[in-house]
Amino acid sequence: MAPIVIIGTGHAGVMLGREFRKRDPEAPLLYLTADDGAAYYKPNLSKALADGKHPDALIMQSPDKLAEMLDASVRSQCRVTKIDAAAHRIELADGEQIAYGQLVLALGADPIRLPFEGSGAGEVRSVNDLLDYRGFRDNLPAGGRVAIIGAGLIGSEFANDLAATDHVVHLIDVADWPLSRLVPQPLGKALGDALAEGGVSLHLGQSVSRIERNGEALTVETSTGDSIQVDIVLSAVGLAPRTTLASAAGLNCHRGIVVDDHLATSAADVYALGDCAEVNGYVLPYIMPTTHAARALAATLAGETTRLNWPAMPVAVKTPMCPTIVCPPQSASGSWSSIEGEGRDLTAIFTDDAGQPNGFALTGAATKRRGELTKLMPPLLQSG
Amino acid sequence: MSLRRWQCQVCDYVYDEAEGWPDDGIEPGTRWEDVPDDWTCPDCGAGKADFEMIPID
Repeated sequence: MAPIVIIGTGHAGVMLGREFRKRDPEAPLLYLTADDGAAYYKPNLSKALADGKHPDALIMQSPDKLAEMLDASVRSQCRVTKIDAAAHRIELADGEQIAYGQLVLALGADPIRLPFEGSGAGEVRSVNDLLDYRGFRDNLPAGGRVAIIGAGLIGSEFANDLAATDHVVHLIDVADWPLSRLVPQPLGKALGDALAEGGVSLHLGQSVSRIERNGEALTVETSTGDSIQVDIVLSAVGLAPRTTLASAAGLNCHRGIVVDDHLATSAADVYALGDCAEVNGYVLPYIMPTTHAARALAATLAGETTRLNWPAMPVAVKTPMCPTIVCPPQSASGSWSSIEGEGRDLTAIFTDDAGQPNGFALTGAATKRRGELTKLMPPLLQSG
Repeated sequence: MSLRRWQCQVCDYVYDEAEGWPDDGIEPGTRWEDVPDDWTCPDCGAGKADFEMIPID
């Protein structure tokens, strides 16, 4: 019997295997991964310094242990170059062909790279996996200076982690407050103020115009004339789902690989989940949505066709200087109709045009209201 | 019997019996076997079976 082939050993692929094995201990599973196959939890990368963890300590399971735990074959350093969906076959970089019964694309996403001018532009780093993170840590001097481009979730978390461990941190964003796409101004300002108090230099309302190599240092010049000397420039401006492989195979792709509420792509027996997938128009590169998707798809692959349910899934931003929780609004139209609280302990509620609660954000001590507010939010996907 | 700690093998979250997880109605002091079977990790959503006991040093 041709195996279930899962491309990717990130959270999506591994969680799928764990859930699948709870239902089907027998069916052969084959993992293909472009990296070394060690299992780690990506959100832990942006808090490892404060946790006192060397990059090696972030590995949850070695490739061997992962294979044993999932009773699966795991082939690492292995790149899939082609999917022949009609023939139920994939091709690897060396030309080897592998037949599959079902194929799961758990490919992840690529960091978006902005084009910069200047002699140092090629040295901008991003941290999207453990290998990137090792490179970052290997090149980070004790007490080193880091410019972070992008004050979204990842940028804010890295800023907190680095500043809390006595690094010099510059956080740059074109918007006027951190997390500008997720929270209204007063909450973003609360986070920004807390980061500033923790030692982060904020450069808001400005973009990066040039990055120059300047002897030992990199100089980042911004649109408002700031000139920042650092050792490392880290870009954290967002993720783009990996769609190239699927698109070349003729699978329907939009922002991500398009799947229905069974995680099925437009090709028979090919599924996608996690950061590479677009489910009913949603691209949610977060842990909880992926865990739910893995559970539903595991059931389907084990023979019990199951639709994906997505409840409201708040995301915790790992910024201990100002704990923050966001439950992004689902509706494009509407407003942050209520913002209340004292100091940095703020609650914001987003309501849609019909006046129904549709999203929320919490900072500081207000984060303890997570459970209470989550109950008020509509589900994103609900099967009948 | 002393209270124990259980660690999620997916994300590293630790369930401490002494603290419980009041957000999900699990009171401090709730032993692991008394945590509902359908309870999931607050960080990553993994199931109860994906936790292992942390040996006491």
